[in-house]
Order: sequence, then structure tokens, then C-alpha cells
Amino acid sequence: MDISKFTSKKFLATAGVLLAILVFLATFPTYGSNSAVGIGLTILMYIILTVSWVMFSGPTGYMSLATAAFFGIGAYTCAFLYQKSGPLLPLPAVIIAGGLVSFIFAFVVGLVTLRLKGMYFAMFTFGFVMLLNQFMVYYELNILGARGQRVFPITNQTAFYIVLVILVLTLLAAYLIRRSRLGLAMQSIGENEEAAAHMGVNTTMVKVLTFAISAFFMGVVGATMAPRWEYVDPSVAFNMLYSFMPILMAVFGGMRELYGPVIGAAIFAYSERTLRLRFPYHYMLAFGIALILIIIFLPGGLTGLVPNLKDKLSGLIARLRKGGQSEQNANT
Amino acid sequence: MPILEGQGVTKFFGGLAAVSNVDFHVDQGEIVGLIGPNGAGKTTLFNLISAAFPISSGEIRFKGQKLNGLKPHQICKLGVARTFQETKVFANMPVLQNVLVGAFFGSPNRVSWADAAREATQALEFVELSAMSTIPAKDLTLVNQKRTELARALVTKPELLLLDELMAGLNPTEVSESMELVTRIRDRGITILMVEHVMKAIMGICERIMALHNGEKIAEGTCQEISCNKTVIEIYLGEEAHAGN
Repeated sequence: MDISKFTSKKFLATAGVLLAILVFLATFPTYGSNSAVGIGLTILMYIILTVSWVMFSGPTGYMSLATAAFFGIGAYTCAFLYQKSGPLLPLPAVIIAGGLVSFIFAFVVGLVTLRLKGMYFAMFTFGFVMLLNQFMVYYELNILGARGQRVFPITNQTAFYIVLVILVLTLLAAYLIRRSRLGLAMQSIGENEEAAAHMGVNTTMVKVLTFAISAFFMGVVGATMAPRWEYVDPSVAFNMLYSFMPILMAVFGGMRELYGPVIGAAIFAYSERTLRLRFPYHYMLAFGIALILIIIFLPGGLTGLVPNLKDKLSGLIARLRKGGQSEQNANT
Repeated sequence: MPILEGQGVTKFFGGLAAVSNVDFHVDQGEIVGLIGPNGAGKTTLFNLISAAFPISSGEIRFKGQKLNGLKPHQICKLGVARTFQETKVFANMPVLQNVLVGAFFGSPNRVSWADAAREATQALEFVELSAMSTIPAKDLTLVNQKRTELARALVTKPELLLLDELMAGLNPTEVSESMELVTRIRDRGITILMVEHVMKAIMGICERIMALHNGEKIAEGTCQEISCNKTVIEIYLGEEAHAGN
């Protein structure tokens, strides 16, 4: 291993900033008001959903609308195992179970549907959310006899800490996958699936596996939010907003770098929350316009601006230097 | 001993037989050319060998092993690599990254990062693209995109290489360079089956030629035999080529 990589200034600076953010987030529930922690929780939830959506759909280009499905599967797994009347398992086990059930669902569904290309895959995943939603409505009314599940409650603070841990693990997983051969394989699939297959990439396996890994993180978040909400019903758990929002957030933030979706989701979720309180009737309008402007003028998203600005800035500096030099030359 | 063998190879698209009852063989160390008019079934035959489509009937054997029912990535790992008629580079990835995909996934064994990087660099050196390794593949000229595909195929350590119109769209200098490159690949012990319309290239480097027409094999033989074959001249080469020979 090259040690110098870990002692370079850039690496230390990045590590320092990350540590500072982590410390801030980890101590936030101790001094933030309850409602502030609630907002923070929602933001973290959206960051995880966005990062896990990008994990699969970013490099492969397969547009999944199934985020709400895996979120909901996690939430319902939790609702059944962590009932108000008496939890069947301790919370950590329930949360992991939520992720695993989502993983298994995604694996099976992926095997069947990841042969579908482009629009057809998007349509199927959309239908999958609807199917689960309707199935749970039917199941609750006809088999269980009542709509909705009461879940054993946890506080904002507890949920915040759990979601923070999940966020760190999601980012770690996303980072490692990006740098691994799995990441390279996904990228090649996104570029040209046929060529990737002929170069020895087991395209089905790569797609199904990463689809399932991303679903695991979505399920884990769903399983954490259910006890926080204390109540789950199909329209809450399988809300299509959880499918659409992460895509908007990823586009907003930019998908090239890992921090793009994080920044996009953080800004988007925060401003959604505050705008909705202040302009309850117009906030969606403002969002729509902002999104259109970003797609037109910033195809690389917010973080796509960074290299652009860097270029411009260094160009400017170079020009200033040159200007200074020629002035000097003129003087001598 | 043939490295690749096909018996009664047939492919239907709906009611159309794109490849019909073709028997063929490629011997170890040969460069075999596959010629024929557009729509003759040349690329379809390649797609059947590399398992892009399932075969309708007949069988294909590589080193005695039946290929029927295998997936493209399995064929590649067995040692059959290919390039594409219309280049299919990973457009937004740098050239080196393109080749790394082949290095990592093309061989049946697990390849370490260091080995993959070394092999990819060597392959780029071999096709003389080292200077462009960091450029996104979409920014390359056609000939360099074709060379990227070639490096990407070579790095999978194939025993048999399928070249689908490597020379199409290249200028005369590039054609000569590519012919030399193909000969160098053969000198490394890799058997080559190539589809080509550039007759100069076919006649210059192939040891044996197969001609297809409407999905059927109409002739097979040395360059001399093929260029004098009546049917081939009538259907494909035309009188001029024959006269010029």
C-alpha cells in the first residue's frame, strides 16, 4: 500500500471535513430541538434513498422506480415484527430483517425483469410498487381485517442515530462498489451492455446483485422509519414519492461524484421542508421551475458545476499571471 | 485439429434463414476470411459463435467443447473474443478503462488489480494506443476506436479472435497498418476468423477463405481458388476483380 496517499494534504483535508460533519451530526440530537431532529431525520432518510438509488441506476442507466417498493417492504417487515402490541425481535434485528427481505425481493424481481431494457424496465418497476400497494390493501382488509399496522414507537432521537449509522454504511458501500470491479462492470453495462457481455461480464448477475444491494439499504431505512411513524399503511409505505424524489435529488445534485447525490438530497429535502411550510400552495411550482432550469442549464447537476468553475478559475488566474508578467516585461 | 467447428449451423429470424446449414472449420493458428455480399449471414454467423443469439439448429464446437446454450460471457471466458462491425466501445470511459473491463472479466480466473492494469497497458502498447489511454473512447477516431476494441478483446487472452470488418471505413494507410497488426496477432498464436469486404486485406493475409451467400456457404478454399471461383465472381467479386487478379 502506498502510505503517502493517506498522508497527503488533500486526503487529510477531506477526512477532516468528513469527521467534522460526522461529529456535528452525531451530537445534533443532544442540542437540536425535537422538530429540528425530525427534519434532520427526513433529510438523512432521503440521502440514503438517493445514494442507494444512484448505486444501481447511476452507472447502469437502468431507471428504477422501485425505491418505494423496497422502502415499503422494509417498513412492513418492521410493522409485522415490531408491533405495538409486543415486538417479536429486538429493533436492530428487525431493521436488518427489513433490509434482507428487500434484498431477497429485489434479487428475485431483478432476475425476472432486468432483461427488460429502457422504458420497459422503468414501467415494470412502477407497476411493481402499485402491485405491492394494492396487494397490501387487499391483504389487510380481507385477511387481517383492518387497514394499517400500529408499530412500537421510537423517538426522533433514536431514529436519527440509527439512520445516521445506516447513512455511513450506505456511503461506505457506495464508495467501495464504485472503486471495485463490480463498479467497473456496472459502468460497462451502462455504456454498452452487449459489448460488456462479450468481454466476459456476467451482466445478469452484476445487475441483479447491485439492484439487490441497493434495495437492502432502502429496506433498512423503511424499517427504521416505520417505528418512528408508529403507524404504517400501504399508502404511507408504498408512497410513489419515495420513488420519484431520489431521482430528482440525484439529478439535482449530479451523479458523477459520490457526494453529488448527497448534496442534492440534502439541499432538496431541506428546502422542500421549509418551502412547504412557508408556501404550502406554491412550493411544488417553485420546485418544478428549479428542476427544469437545472436540467437545461446544468446537465451535470449542482456538483457538475465544480470542474467547470475550477476550469474558469484556473483560467482566470493564469490570465492574471500572464497579464502581470507582460506588464513586467513592458516595464523592463 | 480444428479449433472451431460448425455442423449444420442454422439460424432463423422468423421465416428467414439468415444462416442455413453451414458447415465450417477453423484450424489452430490460421487466419480465415469470411466474405460475401451484404446480408449473406456473415455477422449472424459471428453472433452465433459468440452466443449473441441462440442457434436454431446445428452445433458449434470450440476445442471440442459444444458452445450451444452458453452465454456470451462464458464464451469469452472460454477463449473466444470478438470485435464489432459497428464499434461498440464504452464511449464515456477512458481507453484504459475500456481495456480493463476485458482484463478483469475476460479470463476465467480472478485477476488482481495490478495484473489487470499491467495487462491492459501491454495490450494498449501492442495496438499502439498507449498515448491515448486517458482519453474517453468516444473522442477517438474510427481507426483508434477499432484498435481499442482490439486491445479490449486481446486482453481477455483469447485463443480465437473474431474480427468483424476491422478494415471498414479506414483509409489505405490504416488498412495496411491494420493488416500488419492482424498478422502480428496471429504470430502470438491466436487463431483469427475475420469478416471483411476489403479484398486487399483478405487476399493479403488470409490463408483460407469461406464465401457465404443468402445464408449458405457457396465456396471455400485458398485465396487463389476463391478469386477464380465462378460462383464467387458472379455473386460477389465481379469480373473486374477477377480480371485484375
